[in-house]
Amino acid sequence: MSKVKVSVVTPDGPVYNGEAEMVSVKGIGGELGILPNHIPFVTPLTINPIRLLNDGKTDLIAVHGGFIEVRPDQITILAQAAELPSEIDVERARRAKERAEKRLQQANQEKIDFVRAENALKRALNRLEVAE
Amino acid sequence: MASLRDIKTKINATKKMRQITKAMEMTSAAKLTRAEMNAKRFVEYMDKIQEVVASIALGSKNASHPMLETREVKKTGYLVITADSGLAGAYNSNIIRKVYQAVEERHASENEYAIIAIGKVGLQSFQKRGMPVVESVTGLKDQPEFSEIKAIASSAVNMFSEGVYDELYMVYNHFVSAISQRVTEKKLLPITDLQEKQTTLSSYEYEPSEEEILNELLPQYAESLIYGALLDAKASEHAARMTAMKNATDNADELIDTYTLEYNRARQASITQEISEIVGGAAALE
Repeated sequence: MSKVKVSVVTPDGPVYNGEAEMVSVKGIGGELGILPNHIPFVTPLTINPIRLLNDGKTDLIAVHGGFIEVRPDQITILAQAAELPSEIDVERARRAKERAEKRLQQANQEKIDFVRAENALKRALNRLEVAE
Repeated sequence: MASLRDIKTKINATKKMRQITKAMEMTSAAKLTRAEMNAKRFVEYMDKIQEVVASIALGSKNASHPMLETREVKKTGYLVITADSGLAGAYNSNIIRKVYQAVEERHASENEYAIIAIGKVGLQSFQKRGMPVVESVTGLKDQPEFSEIKAIASSAVNMFSEGVYDELYMVYNHFVSAISQRVTEKKLLPITDLQEKQTTLSSYEYEPSEEEILNELLPQYAESLIYGALLDAKASEHAARMTAMKNATDNADELIDTYTLEYNRARQASITQEISEIVGGAAALE
């Protein structure tokens, strides 16, 4: 089965460089599965794990937003933050999740705080999902 | 002439100082190497995001976005990057002077500009002068990560979108080489310089639409530019500190040489005096 090069790049440097048979991401328009030789394509991503399929195995990477740039032979994911499962501090993510949940209950009135807390919660859930 | 012991004390004190400045020079040199590496790693991200932004913004006619359009300027924002501490030669003062000059030239009153300060030295100096600092961050690490400045970068971009100011400049030291850093003022928003940087345009399919992608992408792009400037400024800071400390060490060397010469002369003089006293004493006995 043919493979496509995949790289995940953040401002702090590349997080992942490798190959995959299929890349599965959640864009803002819905979930996408991308195979090799896809047409050039760009879409923003939501705060969710991306899945790399290789020989029946699935690797997860926590990607916090950003966007995906697809070319026939190369898929690049650009995000402001991304983490491999091994880099995730589960304890910290769990605490962040609790904090965000508490804040969400309190911050119903103010819109900005709400969005911020919601994003924090999404990131925490994202990390937990990838780590476990 | 100072006594032998006085000179000895001076020499010892200067030697200790030299040890400190030497150590600071070496830590800065190590930090500079790492800062340069960080900047290199960041380039990969920056190039890519620039490529995509440019191909969307230039490649399609129906894509427009407030962040790409110049509007009438009622208020100007300055994002100023300085260090958290001194001992870096003219690094901080050059930046601060540049900001004062710009403000003096362009603005009649305090209502016409706002300052976002990164770094303690700049922040304190602006506050002392009573300039309008709307946002600030201090105590960044020597090798800052993106997450540390994410908050201030996005609020800087948001204030532009919300119309707090109508253009945003970054003022920082650009890293030219280990011995040369240049004060740079760069217009960050609105984004106008995409055209010149772009060489090859790729054509993409966009989902859901070009405009929505621009909505997501442009703030991220602007934030990345801020982070890039910060990395650049940090490299300059370490380089400036290294040079300053090297000069201090060299000066200490020179001082020690002078003092040592003085010490030897004084010692020789006292020996000569002792001998002549003995000779004089012996002559008197004969």
